Amino acid sequence: MKRHRKVPFLHVTVDLPKMDIFLQQIINGLVQGSIYALVALGYTMVYGIMGLINFAHGEVVMIGTLVTITVASLLIKAGVPLAVAGLAGLVAAVLACMALGWGLERVAYRPLRNAPRLTPLITAIGMSIVLQNVAMIVWGRNYMTFPPVLPKINFELAGAHFTAVQVMIVVVSGLTMSGLVLLVYRTKLGMAMRATAQNPQVASLMGVNSNRVISAAFVIGSALGALAGVMVGTYYEIAHYQMGFMLGLKAFTAAVLGGIGNLAGAMAGGILLGIIEALGAGYIGDLTGGFLGSHYQDIFAFIVLIVVLMFKPSGLFGEKTGDRA
Amino acid sequence: MQAKFTAIALSVAAALALGACGKKEEPKPVAAPAAPAPVAKPVIVVKLGHVAPMTGPQAHLGKDNEYGARLAVEELNARGLEIGGATAKFELLAEDDAADPKQGAIVAQKLVDAKVQGVIGHLNSGTTIPASKLYSDAGIPQISGSATNPKYTQQGFKTAFRVMANDVQQGKALGEFAAKQGVKTVAIVDDRTAYGQGLADEFKKAAAAAGIKVVATEYTNDKATDFKAILTKIKSTKPDLVFFGGMDAQGGPMNKQMKELGIKAKFLGGDGVCTPEFMKLGGEATEGNYCSLPGMPLEKLAKGPEFKDKFNKKFGTEIQLYAPYVYDAVMVVADSMKRADSVEPAKYLPEVGKTSYDGVTALIAFDEFGDLKGGAISIYQYKGGKLEYVETLGGGPVGAVKEAAAEVKDAAKAVASTATEAGKDAVKAGAEAVKDAAEATKAAVEKK
Repeated sequence: MKRHRKVPFLHVTVDLPKMDIFLQQIINGLVQGSIYALVALGYTMVYGIMGLINFAHGEVVMIGTLVTITVASLLIKAGVPLAVAGLAGLVAAVLACMALGWGLERVAYRPLRNAPRLTPLITAIGMSIVLQNVAMIVWGRNYMTFPPVLPKINFELAGAHFTAVQVMIVVVSGLTMSGLVLLVYRTKLGMAMRATAQNPQVASLMGVNSNRVISAAFVIGSALGALAGVMVGTYYEIAHYQMGFMLGLKAFTAAVLGGIGNLAGAMAGGILLGIIEALGAGYIGDLTGGFLGSHYQDIFAFIVLIVVLMFKPSGLFGEKTGDRA
Repeated sequence: MQAKFTAIALSVAAALALGACGKKEEPKPVAAPAAPAPVAKPVIVVKLGHVAPMTGPQAHLGKDNEYGARLAVEELNARGLEIGGATAKFELLAEDDAADPKQGAIVAQKLVDAKVQGVIGHLNSGTTIPASKLYSDAGIPQISGSATNPKYTQQGFKTAFRVMANDVQQGKALGEFAAKQGVKTVAIVDDRTAYGQGLADEFKKAAAAAGIKVVATEYTNDKATDFKAILTKIKSTKPDLVFFGGMDAQGGPMNKQMKELGIKAKFLGGDGVCTPEFMKLGGEATEGNYCSLPGMPLEKLAKGPEFKDKFNKKFGTEIQLYAPYVYDAVMVVADSMKRADSVEPAKYLPEVGKTSYDGVTALIAFDEFGDLKGGAISIYQYKGGKLEYVETLGGGPVGAVKEAAAEVKDAAKAVASTATEAGKDAVKAGAEAVKDAAEATKAAVEKK
C-alpha cells in the first residue's frame, strides 16, 4: 500500500536500480579484466624480451588450473583442511607451470632463437595444440569442478553483488603486477631483462647471460599463468582442457591493446577489455534499439582495439621500438 | 640400373598386391572357428559412420554418444546378425566434428567417400543439418540420436531420421510447463547454435501463447564461461524465470552466476542441460530448477535399468545424456537391414521409414518426415544432486505404463522368432503384428 503513494516519484525509483546495474557491470568487467590482465602479463613479459608471441601461454594457464584441482582434491580427500589444500594446490601448480615454461623454452623456442620470426610463432601454436591434447589424455574430456577452497562470502554495495573470490582476484592481480614492476625495475635480474630486451647481443657482450634471462622470463611468466589459472578456477569453479584457448586469445588482445611488451599496458589493457566487454554485453541492445544483441559484445572490444591501434599502433602504453617491434 | 629399378618397382607392386589379398582374406579366419560346419558362412562387413564432437566443450557428450554406438555394435556382432545369407560384422567409423558446422560437413564427406552404409549422428543440430544434405545426395540413411532442431527433417531429405522428439514438441512442452508453474515473466538466453536458438524460439512461441511475457532476450555462445554481463542485464528486468537454450557446460556456470548476482528467478532448460554434468558444474545453485528430456526417464522404461547396468559395467562411467538414443539409432539401422535382407543403403532405406522397433528409449516408428512418432517430453527437477522425474507431457503409446511396454516387448520377441524362421514375408507380417500390439496396448492404457 505504501508503494502507491510513491507514484509521483516513480522516475526516481526507476533510475536508481539502473545505477546499481551499471555498478554491477563495472564490477563484472573489473574481475574479468583482472583475469585477462594476469594472463596478459605472461604474454607481454616474453614478448618484451624476445619479441615472441608465446601462444602456448593460454595452455600453461589451463595446466595450472588442472594441476591445482588434482592436488587440492587429493589432499581434501586425505582430510587436509580446505585452505591448506588450496594453498598446496596453488604451490604445486606454480611449480609445475614454472617447469613447463622452462621446458617449453628449451624444447620449442631456444633451438629457433635465430630462425625467422614466423618459425617460433608456428612452434608456439604447435605447442599449444600438443599441450591441449596431452591435457585431454591426462585429465579426460569431462568438465572438472574446482574444489571450494575459499569460503563463499557475498557482499552487497549499493545494490551490486560481489563475492570474496572476486575481491581476491582484483587484489591478487594488483599485487602481482606491482611485484613484477618492482622485479623488473628494482632488481639486478630486472636490469638484465631490460638490457636483453633492448639489445640481446650488446647485453651479452656486457656480461648478461641472455639464455638465463630468457629462461627466467618464461619461468616467471608461467608462474603468473599458474596463478591466473587458480584464479579462474576458484572464480568459475570449472575447468576443462580447452579453457586456455579463448582465455589466451582474449589476454593476447588485451596485451596488444595496452601495448605488448609493456607491463602496465598489459594490466590496463586487460581491465579495459574486461570492462568494455561487460558494458558492451549489458548495453549494446539498448543502444541499438534491440538491433544488435548481446552476442555482439565482442564487436565493442574489437572496435576499441582497432581505433586504438589506428591512432597508437603500438598500443596504449606501447613504446616505439623501431625495428624490433 | 634400370633393371634394378624395375625389380624394385615390381617387388613393391607385388607386396601391395599381397597386402590387398591379405585384407580380403582377413574376415574368413574370424568366421572359421565359429562355424565348424563344412560350409563356413560368408562375412559381410557393414560400415556405420558415427559423428559427434570428440574435442571441444561438448567432448564429454560426444564420447557418451560414441559409447552408446559402440555398445550397440558390439552386441550386434556378438549376436551374429544374418543379413542376405551372410553374417553381418558391424564396424563403427567414429569421426569428430568438434560441434562445428564446417567440420561437420568435412567429416560427412569423409564418411561418404568411405562408402559407409549408414550414419549415426551427428550430435548437434548445427552440424547435423548441413551434413544431412551430403548424406541425402549419397543416398546414405542418417539417424541422429540427439539433433532436435525441427529443420533437420523438414528439408525433404528421404535419408534423414531422428529417434528423439524435436524442439517444436520440446519447446511447446516447456512453455506449457512454465505457464503451469505460474510464471508470468521470462528472460530467454540462447547460445546461438541451431539447437539453442531453435529451442529458445519454440519456447518463446509457446510461452507467448500461454500468456507469459518475455522481458529480455540475451545471447551467449557455446564456448563461454562468463555470463555475468548478460545476467546483470536480465536482473534489471526482474523475470520469474530464466530460460536457457543451450548445453550443460554453459548452463551450469550460468546457474552459479545467477545465484552470485542475487537473481531469484528459477531456471529452466532443455535436454542440453538435463545431465549429471550440469549439476556438477552448477552445484547448489541448480537445486529446485527444472529441465526437460525427450522420451521417458530410463528407470521408467522396460529396458532402461538393464541398459544402464550394461553401460556402467562396460565403460565404467555414468550415462551422460544421449547414449541410449544413439544405441537405439544403431539398432534401428540393423533392424531395417535385417528386414530388407540387405545392407545396401538403397535397398534398406525404404525399410527405415517402416521401422517399428521396441528400443530402449521408446517404441520407435517414424512419421513421413523421419521424425519420431508421438515423442513424449519429460520434465525433471534438480534435487539433491539428482535429476528427479516430475511428469511427462505429450507422447502416444510410448508415454504409457511399464506393463504396456512389456506387452509390446513380448510381441516383438514373437516377431523376432517368426522372422528367423520364415524369412522376409514373415518379417513384414510380424512388423504389422507389432503395430497391432502397440495399438492394443494403447487401447488398454486408455481403458485404464
